[in-house]
Amino acid sequence: MTTEPVIQLRDASLTFGSRTLWSGLNLDVAGGEFLAVLGPNGSGKSTLLSVLLGQQRLSSGTARVAPRDGHRGNRGGLAPRGIGYIPQQGAVEFPHALRGADLVSLGLDGHRWGLGVRGAAERRRRVADAIDAVGAGSFARRPLALLSGGEQQRLRVAQALVGEPDVLLCDEPLLSLDHANQQAVSELIERRRREAGTAVLFVTHEINPILSYVDKMLYLVDGRFSLGRTDEVMTSATLSTLYRTNVDVVRIGGQIHVTGPHSAVCEDDPHHPHLQA
Amino acid sequence: MDDLFNLDLTLRLLGLDFVQNALLAAAVLGVVAGALGPLIVMRRMAFAVHGTAELAFTGAAAALLLGVSVEFGALAGAVVAALLLALLGGKESERDSVIGAVLAFGLGVGVLLLWLHPSRAQNKFGLLVGQVVTVDSANLVVFVVAGAVVLGVLAVVYRPLLFASVDPVVAAARGVPMGLVTPVFAVLLGIATALGVQTVGVLLVIALLVTPAAAACRVTSSPVLATVLSVIFAEVAVLGGMVLSLAPGAPVSAFVTSIAFAIYLVCRVIEHRRLAATRTSRRVTQPTGAAAAAPR
Repeated sequence: MTTEPVIQLRDASLTFGSRTLWSGLNLDVAGGEFLAVLGPNGSGKSTLLSVLLGQQRLSSGTARVAPRDGHRGNRGGLAPRGIGYIPQQGAVEFPHALRGADLVSLGLDGHRWGLGVRGAAERRRRVADAIDAVGAGSFARRPLALLSGGEQQRLRVAQALVGEPDVLLCDEPLLSLDHANQQAVSELIERRRREAGTAVLFVTHEINPILSYVDKMLYLVDGRFSLGRTDEVMTSATLSTLYRTNVDVVRIGGQIHVTGPHSAVCEDDPHHPHLQA
Repeated sequence: MDDLFNLDLTLRLLGLDFVQNALLAAAVLGVVAGALGPLIVMRRMAFAVHGTAELAFTGAAAALLLGVSVEFGALAGAVVAALLLALLGGKESERDSVIGAVLAFGLGVGVLLLWLHPSRAQNKFGLLVGQVVTVDSANLVVFVVAGAVVLGVLAVVYRPLLFASVDPVVAAARGVPMGLVTPVFAVLLGIATALGVQTVGVLLVIALLVTPAAAACRVTSSPVLATVLSVIFAEVAVLGGMVLSLAPGAPVSAFVTSIAFAIYLVCRVIEHRRLAATRTSRRVTQPTGAAAAAPR
């Protein structure tokens, strides 16, 4: 594993008008590290991903994503080479004439110009490998729109991994999946981290499916944040300070449950309708 | 109506130069419309195509009044309209109403422009329902060049355009220049619409730009195969419609749209049967495990 951070935020802050999403954020994620990002709606979790994808500029501070191919950002924005991205399930309503294999193929080189006639055999091989790796072989040739949420999300993982990313950004990939599919998708992402040393930044409302994989955690609430190991962040004292109200963190049977006057941590509804463009 | 299937008359007409020009122009249109169609369907832009065609009419009417070429007027109107709709209708939730507002105004302006020029009002009907037999060899060159430009640009932007159309969230994250591919596609659409306006007319452009692709997307889930089928369907509709219209001397568009719609219906029936068969077979061999859950 490299110790050099592949994701680095220095004194980063993001402000919309008078509203500060977060400020003074210093964050290092090294290759092979698994960072979970938690927090209620509107706390700036997805916006953090937009910053790392180069779609959103910081109000101040610096952001750097440096995959091992030595890629560097320009104009404060970051070209997303070497970066895999998994959106939330249902973020896109797929058209009828599109199969899972097409989605994975677009993940490999859909951003390139041209028809891609050259290198078609090589592309087919890599796409097939990526599909096999997530166990999607039996449904990858069926219309994507007809697949279940879990099947679609497996193909999303393949789409993100087919480019062999050094950094994997996941925006609530478990949302509206059942328990078994949450486990399956989490395990696929974890395997990539373990086997290829990919850095994972995992935005989620549900900590339990990924609890055993998480190295550190960033918890955002109303412009405040806490960053550290899971057992440092997921405590009654830390979360009570963040939420500025009494919050109880309970550990039952290897799971963490949060109780309190808020409902945000156990919420499980898609909340980015604007993404369904 | 006795002339409807008069083979002898049809064959004699097929020997005429202007008919052959018209068929060549139609063939070019079929390839262009068929190739763009699946992307139009995927981007849910059927109404935008209609709006663009209406504004091509406005452009043509303006050209009539100014005394310049109607073809270029239609082209300018369509390209400007397509760009306007692409830029104003950014959010999908608003796109419908933006198109409605713009096309109503544009059509109103077009009617006013035609009224201002009553002496050439016979062009009115031609623009609305098509007048392909007026394609002369100079026009044909314009048709072929325009078609080649559209197909050439499409070949260059195809992959990012497909990515942006079917999976905009990840496409943007992967660095597809969304702010570039959208207006580029709008210009291609504008050119194709202007070509269509001259054959099947303003009111029926959708029959070539949307119906064949909509039919193809019913029977295949492969974007490439959908494009191939869409081109074939568009060619069958436009060439078949034109040949059938020769003997009775009826408007081309009636035949083109009927053939396109018939193909669409057949494709829907095929899809329906196939889905029913899939459901039956899946029920028999129900896969195990939650990850292989039944389709939504």
